[in-house]
Amino acid sequence: MGMSFQTVMSQVMLGLNNGVFYAILSLGLAVIFGLLNIVNFVHGALYMLGAYVALLGFTMLGPLLGRPDFHLNYWAALIVAPLVVGALGVLIEKTMLRRLRKFDHLYGLLLTFGLALIIQGVFTNYFNVSGDAYDGKPEVLSGVVDLGFMLFPKYRVWVIGISLVVCFSTWFVIERTKLGSYLRAGTENPELVKAFGINVPLMITLTYGFGVGLAAFAGVLAAPIYSVSPVMGSEMIITVFAVVVIGGMGSIMGSILTGLLLGMVEGFTKVVYAPASGTVIFLIMVIVLLVKPAGLFGKEA
Amino acid sequence: MNRYVWLALVALGLLAPFAVYPVFMMKLLCFALFAAAFNLLLGYTGLLSFGHAAFFGGAAYVTGHLVKNLGLTPELGILGGTLFAGLLGYLVGSLAIRRQGIYFAMVTLALAQIVYFLALKLPFTGGEDGLQGIPRGLLFGLIDLNRHVTVGSTPLPLSLYYFTFALFCLGFWVIYRAIHSPFGQVLKAIRENEPRARSLGYKVERFKLIAFVLSSALAGMAGAMKCLIFQLASLTDVSWHTSGEVVLMTLLGGVGTVLGPSAGAFTVVTLQSQLTMVGPWITVIIGGIFVVCVLVFRRGFVGELGRLLRRSL
Repeated sequence: MGMSFQTVMSQVMLGLNNGVFYAILSLGLAVIFGLLNIVNFVHGALYMLGAYVALLGFTMLGPLLGRPDFHLNYWAALIVAPLVVGALGVLIEKTMLRRLRKFDHLYGLLLTFGLALIIQGVFTNYFNVSGDAYDGKPEVLSGVVDLGFMLFPKYRVWVIGISLVVCFSTWFVIERTKLGSYLRAGTENPELVKAFGINVPLMITLTYGFGVGLAAFAGVLAAPIYSVSPVMGSEMIITVFAVVVIGGMGSIMGSILTGLLLGMVEGFTKVVYAPASGTVIFLIMVIVLLVKPAGLFGKEA
Repeated sequence: MNRYVWLALVALGLLAPFAVYPVFMMKLLCFALFAAAFNLLLGYTGLLSFGHAAFFGGAAYVTGHLVKNLGLTPELGILGGTLFAGLLGYLVGSLAIRRQGIYFAMVTLALAQIVYFLALKLPFTGGEDGLQGIPRGLLFGLIDLNRHVTVGSTPLPLSLYYFTFALFCLGFWVIYRAIHSPFGQVLKAIRENEPRARSLGYKVERFKLIAFVLSSALAGMAGAMKCLIFQLASLTDVSWHTSGEVVLMTLLGGVGTVLGPSAGAFTVVTLQSQLTMVGPWITVIIGGIFVVCVLVFRRGFVGELGRLLRRSL
């Protein structure tokens, strides 16, 4: 097999690039699951929505405002998209998810599945399923970087870097700060935390908003790499679910590391046996279920 | 339930093709059986499978392959598809029952995705096009399933319809018997309180697995029937959309009711055929129904009716 160091490394780097998306998305799912006890099926659709905020902000917002030469640039989109989607998340939590709190957790999954269908359906009606290219990639981030062993697109280096920063900052806030300790306490025993005078319902709402905001952030990062399409989220979410099953949603660091690792494994599989690269994560899930049913970082339920 | 109600329903089923477009009725029967099989898990065992399309669609592909490429008779094709779905259900079920609740749903969804990949990539599946032009053939080598009987001036595919109806009744009867047997009582005990069922000495995993295999085999039978009726096995049949649809049918009709899934299937299939003019907006409508159902209508039609009449339907 002609497996040069270069080929392997380039695929593993590209894999890491996918891995950071798995990491951000499964991190968001874990944060939401921790406090709300629901699996947020709409996560993929909101990731897609984030990418569309970037795309439409760049192409359509200007003409819509009567200023055809105005573009919402990439950097602005990185801030605006999470805010827009986060606000939508707050709305979803306050009007719908909140009512389901006293029912079986499965209803949360079903509700968010319905929301995912609605959002994906709306975008399928207006946009091409094969996707549109995002042209707003900033000049600074085009071109390649010499990593010593290979040339790698500058933009992908940026995506990996900023994603790692976001993931580990989130970890730091949750595991190492006072605010995070409230969140963790809320996960363990919301009633008790309430008794200490902390506004738990507000905390839950904001957590949900933050979690889906992360998804939108990932969506903007993805826009210049993958084509922006109505189905990009549903393709992603199923893989991320497998990632979450492998890692277990109990640990923030666990979900980050699992995401990164699986991305790289997927990339490596492309070199070894390309046809399996689409399913390797699912196959790893099967093995993990056989060997360690609770997941790599999970506690036994 | 009253035996006269059952007799009336069977009579309705027998007479339906003379009043309603038969292909629509057959599609309805397929999805009603699919939803009833799914409900055996969600409604009576408390397990939410989000990958049931793998059994429905997987069986459709296998039946299509057996009948079209290997020239088997339709009943053997359906038997093959059903057995395949049961075997697949054994594999998927053994893995999925290792996790509980929400994880169970995610595991089934992810495993179903492997089946989707296979349906896309395997040499005999026809890739993006699926298996088309599957012949209906001669039932037991004798009865032509393509035969149309002209009633008035319209030719009706009566042999295919009654074959479908008979299979539906068989599947429905199996589910009904399972629910109302001691086995079904144990399933309900697991649904209500798993640790308690375990402490009473029941081998919970084994019961869950048997329920899963039964449910997937019957879902497969529904898919195999659908494959002969539409002469098509497609990627839609194995996609997560279909898995979601069967959840919706069951939820809308009433989780854990005998007649609910059929009522839900009736509603969703009717909506889909009546709303063809809205095109892709149908996904949005389905999603909307999902949301409304979960928020305010968790018992479903039959569940609400049952509450009104104070009996279990």
